[in-house]
Amino acid sequence: MIEASNLTKVFRDRKRGEIHAAAGINLRCQGGQIYGLLGANGAGKTTTLRLLATILRPTEGTALVAGFDIRGQPDKVRANIGFLSTATALYDRLTARETVEYFGRLNGLSGETLRERVEELFALLDIHEFGDRRCDKLSTGMKQKVSIARTLVHDPPVMIFDEPTLGLDVLAARTIAGFIRDCRSRGKTVIFSSHVMSEVEKLCDRIGIIHNGRLLADGTMVELRQRTGQDDLEEIFVRTVERAA
Amino acid sequence: MSLDRIGVIYRKELRDTLRDRRTIISTIVLPILMFPLLTLGFSFVATRSMQKVQKETSTVMLLGEEHAPRLADLIRHAGGIQVIAPAADYSARISAKRLRAAVEFPPDFEKTLGDSSSKIPEVKIYHFEGETRSQVAVGNIRRLLGDYRKQLVEARLAAGGLGREVLRPFETREENVAPPKKVGGNVVGGLFPYLIIFLCFMGALAPAIDLTAGEKERGTIETILASPVSRADLVMGKFLMVFTASIVTAVVSLTSFALTFSLPFLAARELSGGRHVPFSISVPGVTAMLLLMLPLAVMFAAALMAIGLWSKTTREAHSYVSPLMLLVLMPAMAAMVPGFDLNARLALIPVLNVSLVSREVLSGNYPWLQILLVFGSSCVYAAAALSLAVAAFKRELVLFRT
Repeated sequence: MIEASNLTKVFRDRKRGEIHAAAGINLRCQGGQIYGLLGANGAGKTTTLRLLATILRPTEGTALVAGFDIRGQPDKVRANIGFLSTATALYDRLTARETVEYFGRLNGLSGETLRERVEELFALLDIHEFGDRRCDKLSTGMKQKVSIARTLVHDPPVMIFDEPTLGLDVLAARTIAGFIRDCRSRGKTVIFSSHVMSEVEKLCDRIGIIHNGRLLADGTMVELRQRTGQDDLEEIFVRTVERAA
Repeated sequence: MSLDRIGVIYRKELRDTLRDRRTIISTIVLPILMFPLLTLGFSFVATRSMQKVQKETSTVMLLGEEHAPRLADLIRHAGGIQVIAPAADYSARISAKRLRAAVEFPPDFEKTLGDSSSKIPEVKIYHFEGETRSQVAVGNIRRLLGDYRKQLVEARLAAGGLGREVLRPFETREENVAPPKKVGGNVVGGLFPYLIIFLCFMGALAPAIDLTAGEKERGTIETILASPVSRADLVMGKFLMVFTASIVTAVVSLTSFALTFSLPFLAARELSGGRHVPFSISVPGVTAMLLLMLPLAVMFAAALMAIGLWSKTTREAHSYVSPLMLLVLMPAMAAMVPGFDLNARLALIPVLNVSLVSREVLSGNYPWLQILLVFGSSCVYAAAALSLAVAAFKRELVLFRT
């Protein structure tokens, strides 16, 4: 489960002054649910997810991820999440197998357990064919599969995806979408960010609309429709943002 | 801190680095080739080209030849010199490299040579300073003039009934009394530490930047930061890799250096019929020096990592490192400056202290108090640099600088 309360991140910039990239965000996402964070570029999606993944430290507020506090137990939080974003690249000079094994070892797996887990993931994601090829020789779709295997190697209960389909072709994006659904069916807590309305509408159980670092609306698709009187998610998004302005 | 995780990170970084062609070239290939290429290769090329230049005929102009017919005749018939007709634009021709040198004889040069009442005549040689071919011509002319001068002196001594010993009433002979190890330490005492300091730095440079700024550039830093590994473990694993590269470079370079210089040295000993050549390197001295270098290598690895981490790209990191290289090399060179000796104050200045104390231990002197001071202060600097790298890894501003 993910439970954020008053999650705030302020960056200080010499030219622009204080930037509230995340301003008092409260959200809740349960196991077996997909939570979609919808927002334009620079809305604060990445910062929020980085805070949940303990890559950044909050200025104020906190969050519980898989029962661990992001402020007090960041190592435990990271041991219980799988984090995937467009910025999480692979090591070019390692093979797909070496990459997944490396992250498995960092998560405390070793020996036969690690070998079996890697085989299982390679079979699940169809990686065997290129498993011993260096990552710099893989196509974007292949890399994405290796990245997924990397995030799943320790079978974490919480998955965090930051714009996972950005820059991918239709087929690669479908693989990711299928994988996210699969995570939900396995009872994992999934939170992901996107600015693609259709993607969010298709995948998510709950949607949070984020703008200028603030979570403006939060609820199921039905709840959002009721609140705004709009049917289409794009209209819901625009209406919510305009109302807040 | 988890030793297991540090080990996992270290092994991964080692594997990754061994597959990076650029790092292999700068850590292993370049240090192996540097000394043979720089010394043997350069001296071979320099000797060959010098021999070629010396074999060439130099064009020389004689000005006022009529005042020194005998000497002019000697020059004309000397090998390697071609005398051309005098002209007023001789200096322009020398500057344009069309003429190597011009020799000007004063009026009545040969007539006044034996005349003790007149002023000592002066022969002028016009040349192009620093131009190799012009200097070769000047050397040849000097040799001819010297021979001619010697002939005149000997003739005058003979005329006065005096022997050659008048000019050389006694001989001198020098003899070394210092033990060979001290001689060796003194000869290489300045150069050796400088080279090792330089190579430790260079060995750490490429991997330190690749494992920090390189990771940022390639987008893998966020991947690793999202794993459960602590920042301190991450820095230690990466640091150990950079430190390994630094040590490997120093060891490989030292071996290459030893082979490059010992082979001609052994050949010289063989040619001299096995005579005792008063030169040897003290093994305890070299060992002590290498031990003193260890905290310095730690400091370099950690400081370079902190710089790499601060930079957005590898290119930016390299631009920060260039001035730092000067800061390292200048104190490292201090050991080669004669009369610059270690004292308690200098023992606290990083790089300079190790450089100076290395010269002492290589010469067989062990000033224990100063050695301890140097080692202690170097360890403090190394720890500070390492803390800086760990702190940089913990700062979001540094990791996500855009």
